[in-house]
Amino acid sequence: MVNRQEKVLSGCAISGILNRKGKKFSGREIIDSIALMHDRSNGMGGGFAAYGIYPERKDEYAIHLFYDDLEAKNKVEKFLNCHFDISVGEVVPTREISSIEDSPLIWRYFSKPEEQKLSASGLEEDEYVAQCVMNINSDYQGAFVVSSGKNMGVFKGVGYPEEIGEFYKLEEYEAYLWTAHGRFPTNTPGWWGGAHPFTLLDWSIVHNGEISSYGANKRYLEMFGYKCSMMTDTEAITYLFDLMLRKHDLPLEVAVKAVAAPLWSEIERMEVEEQQLVKSIRQVYSSALLNGPFSIILGHQNGFIALNDRIKLRPLVVAEDEERIYVASEESAIREICADPDKVWSPRGGEAVIGLLEGRSEIE
Amino acid sequence: MKRIYAKEEYCLGCKLCEVYCVTSHSASKDIIKAHKLESITPRLIIESSDNLSFALQCRHCDEADCTRACITGAMQKDEETGVVNYDEERCVGCWTCIMACSFGVIRREQAGKKVIAKCDLCIEEEAPACVTNCPNDALVLAERAEEEGVQ
Amino acid sequence: MSLNYRCPEFLVERVESNCIECQACERQCANEVHFYDQDFEKMRAKDENCVNCHRCVVICPTNAIGIRKHPSEYKENHNWTAGMINNIQKQAESGGVLLSGMGNPTKKKIYWDHLLLNASQVTNPSIDPLREPMELKTFLGRKPSKLEFDEEEQIKDLPPQLELSAPIMFGAMSFGSISINACKSLARAASEVGIIYNTGEGGLHEDLRQYGENTMVQVASGRFGVNQDYLEAGAGIEIKIGQGAKPGIGGHLPGEKVGPEVSKTRMIPEGTDALSPAPHHDIYSIEDLRQLIYALKEATDYQKPVSVKISAVHNSAAIASGIATAGADIITIDGYRGGTGAAPTMIRDNVGIPIELALAAVDDRLREEGLRNQVSLVVSGSVRNSADVVKAIALGADAVYIASAALISLGCHMCQSCYTGKCNWGIATQEPELVKRLNPEVGFERAKNLIEGWAHEIKEMLGGMGINALESLRGNRLMLRGIDLTDRELEILGVKLAGE
Ligand code: SF4
Ligand code: SF4
Ligand code: SF4
Repeated sequence: MVNRQEKVLSGCAISGILNRKGKKFSGREIIDSIALMHDRSNGMGGGFAAYGIYPERKDEYAIHLFYDDLEAKNKVEKFLNCHFDISVGEVVPTREISSIEDSPLIWRYFSKPEEQKLSASGLEEDEYVAQCVMNINSDYQGAFVVSSGKNMGVFKGVGYPEEIGEFYKLEEYEAYLWTAHGRFPTNTPGWWGGAHPFTLLDWSIVHNGEISSYGANKRYLEMFGYKCSMMTDTEAITYLFDLMLRKHDLPLEVAVKAVAAPLWSEIERMEVEEQQLVKSIRQVYSSALLNGPFSIILGHQNGFIALNDRIKLRPLVVAEDEERIYVASEESAIREICADPDKVWSPRGGEAVIGLLEGRSEIE
Repeated sequence: MKRIYAKEEYCLGCKLCEVYCVTSHSASKDIIKAHKLESITPRLIIESSDNLSFALQCRHCDEADCTRACITGAMQKDEETGVVNYDEERCVGCWTCIMACSFGVIRREQAGKKVIAKCDLCIEEEAPACVTNCPNDALVLAERAEEEGVQ
Repeated sequence: MSLNYRCPEFLVERVESNCIECQACERQCANEVHFYDQDFEKMRAKDENCVNCHRCVVICPTNAIGIRKHPSEYKENHNWTAGMINNIQKQAESGGVLLSGMGNPTKKKIYWDHLLLNASQVTNPSIDPLREPMELKTFLGRKPSKLEFDEEEQIKDLPPQLELSAPIMFGAMSFGSISINACKSLARAASEVGIIYNTGEGGLHEDLRQYGENTMVQVASGRFGVNQDYLEAGAGIEIKIGQGAKPGIGGHLPGEKVGPEVSKTRMIPEGTDALSPAPHHDIYSIEDLRQLIYALKEATDYQKPVSVKISAVHNSAAIASGIATAGADIITIDGYRGGTGAAPTMIRDNVGIPIELALAAVDDRLREEGLRNQVSLVVSGSVRNSADVVKAIALGADAVYIASAALISLGCHMCQSCYTGKCNWGIATQEPELVKRLNPEVGFERAKNLIEGWAHEIKEMLGGMGINALESLRGNRLMLRGIDLTDRELEILGVKLAGE
């Protein structure tokens, strides 16, 4: 796999659909939505995250992997067998698409951490899995973990997103939350692992934009043991949320205020209590601030957060109907699949849109 | 009215105020010509002893002794501007004003003859030349009220 | 023997057609260079006394004066330079230690000048600071690694922080090493722009108490002026271990500079030499430092951040990590080009390491050890302009101290004769007739302008990078590229070569 030394730059399209009642629907709609924004991608990458797709194995980590070759596969499987109890290991089904070539070997493993190794490590189960994933991604040449959450999976590759959807036969999967991404990288050769969504455990991120604070964010994350081996903004954003929400156990609003911090001029106008909170967030998590243009959809088993940079340098539109909530880079991508939503709006810069499954009060 | 006040704690005794006063009252208005070709008496006096120095100019007194002492009515206080000035034509060079001024800021014009040299607040300029050019802001042009107590 | 073996360093040139014999130069040169010759009816000069401070040049109303390097040259020799020879002549004459003022002037690599900044093009927009908000607010002090809430879900108070409107502070300069008017100028400028100035080890003069919120009070090995009141008077406390211009060396303020005011402020008898020992005599190890840090925190009820200042030396990274674990809230590192009122020339020019390399190494080490959030990192030792500030932040500093630059804003022309006590600009002197040359009303305005000007420039540079808050630049070394640097240098700095 490519040895990443250089920061990856790209522009993009994003889209997401959540059924708040948890009702599942096929991947067809999300493919249609992202396909409408064809011109926002350039065929160098597309991908989808789907939540709720493996109900019969919902307690196992579904580890999706790309391998460049059999040698990489053998090595990684040795590692997996040593660290996990694997109940099923199988090829991810795909169909032939003329424009999609050079696909890697695509496998998935339903697994649980190996008991003894886990207890010897003294880590929480999630942390154990997260570290294993980061180890594979940084230490195993030719292998890349695409996703590692429970009851969810990521399907991505080099091509236009609608082609990737066809390739993975996504119309055959049913999920209550789908997110999608079409990529327009400016400088990197197409690389399957480099497509979005990027994930860690249950988190998946699709992202449009470029983070000028990347260097600061990356070095901050490294202090907490994250290895930003892919040099992409998406990877760093995923880890930031993982750090704040999972490791630091912060409320979602706090994490949102850290990455898209209110301006000091706004903070000065806040009520004393809120002011103190936000001021502290900005001091403690100053290096988590995402600076530069972005719009992101952060997916999780409980729902999603959609967020713009604090001065709204990238587009983001949200719509709602009775059961569903939609987000996309462009309104047309929503209207394509929901012609007449009850409500459509464009959130302000730094204002998080939180879509939750009914009955869930928090993302984490 | 606005008068010039000195902050003696910041006066350097450099006498640049004098240099610029001369230039301002010269015919050429050129610093080098004013000093090399013309002979102009500075309109201010720099008092100094040891480390203490300050520039002193006409106070433009409300009840000016010099105007009362003047025998020809050459020395007048302008009602409008408050500036005490003299009319060169009418001055006969008796120097009574010099003796009358309790601040000692009226001088004989060195170039001779009868006229006297005294500060006119550079009335034709935007601000007095000494104030504008003092390198340490030791001279200020201010209303008395603001600068009460400053000599 | 009366013959002085040294050649004059400077030549005073006067354009006679311009000179109006006003004698301002004569009155303004404390080195008694200029004089009016009655017989020739013109101004003359004793060149050998001139230190090239430019006071006369600037004050002359007709621009008649030019100061040049003296044309007499030694036979070309890259080994025995004029400076080397002059130094030996001086010592042969005096038998003493060579003294110098200001920072190391020698021709060694200045790393700032080998670093270049990035700017956005197409893939992300640059931001116009005139139209969009651009935030430079900086907090110095210990931050917990995660936000903590109490049982009532209320956020726990953070340890005390210094709030700065821009990541720049005025570095430590004591009253004694500089004049009271220089202190007043800097203190007032700091308070008007919302930054911090540092008292140095000179105690706190009564007239400066009003600027307490913007004051870092320093505790150095001489403990001058230190008492409970003093510790409480400032916003933060700095323990000075070392100074970039003279690592490992104490301070010495000669008795003639200890007048009534300095004596009162430092709490020492008038006319006595103020000697700061090389080490703190209660700090012989890191545990001792910890004790002092906590003694100061205890004394001020944990309300003030405590900084520890060291000079940049070979193993700064390890020392800094020790300081962080010893409980300091801020670490200040002063590079080998840092200024001084007086230092032995050999020490100033040969001891210590460049601040850029020390900063990169310290920031890396603190991150490796997961300590970086716990301490703020402040650097000094020749930050010359706003681009240096931006580069320092990108390498990993939270803020910088500027001292030489601050004095230049007050009039200093870098003649490096501070140790003579005859500063013609009223800065590094205690002589009343010289001190009054610096009117603090003028001085504060100039120092304030400098900070405001730099802040504008920093905003422009940030905007160019597509960043609108300073914290996103901190440690963001991807915004830097090196030129003319070896692989090893790039590695230590943690930056890539331009073109990569
Ligand atoms: S120019 Fe200013 S500083 Fe110089 S003598 Fe006049 S008043 Fe004093
Ligand atoms: S020492 Fe300074 S004031 Fe004196 S002659 Fe030299 S440059 Fe001019
Ligand atoms: S200040 Fe200038 S004009 Fe005045 S005497 Fe000196 S050289 Fe001549």
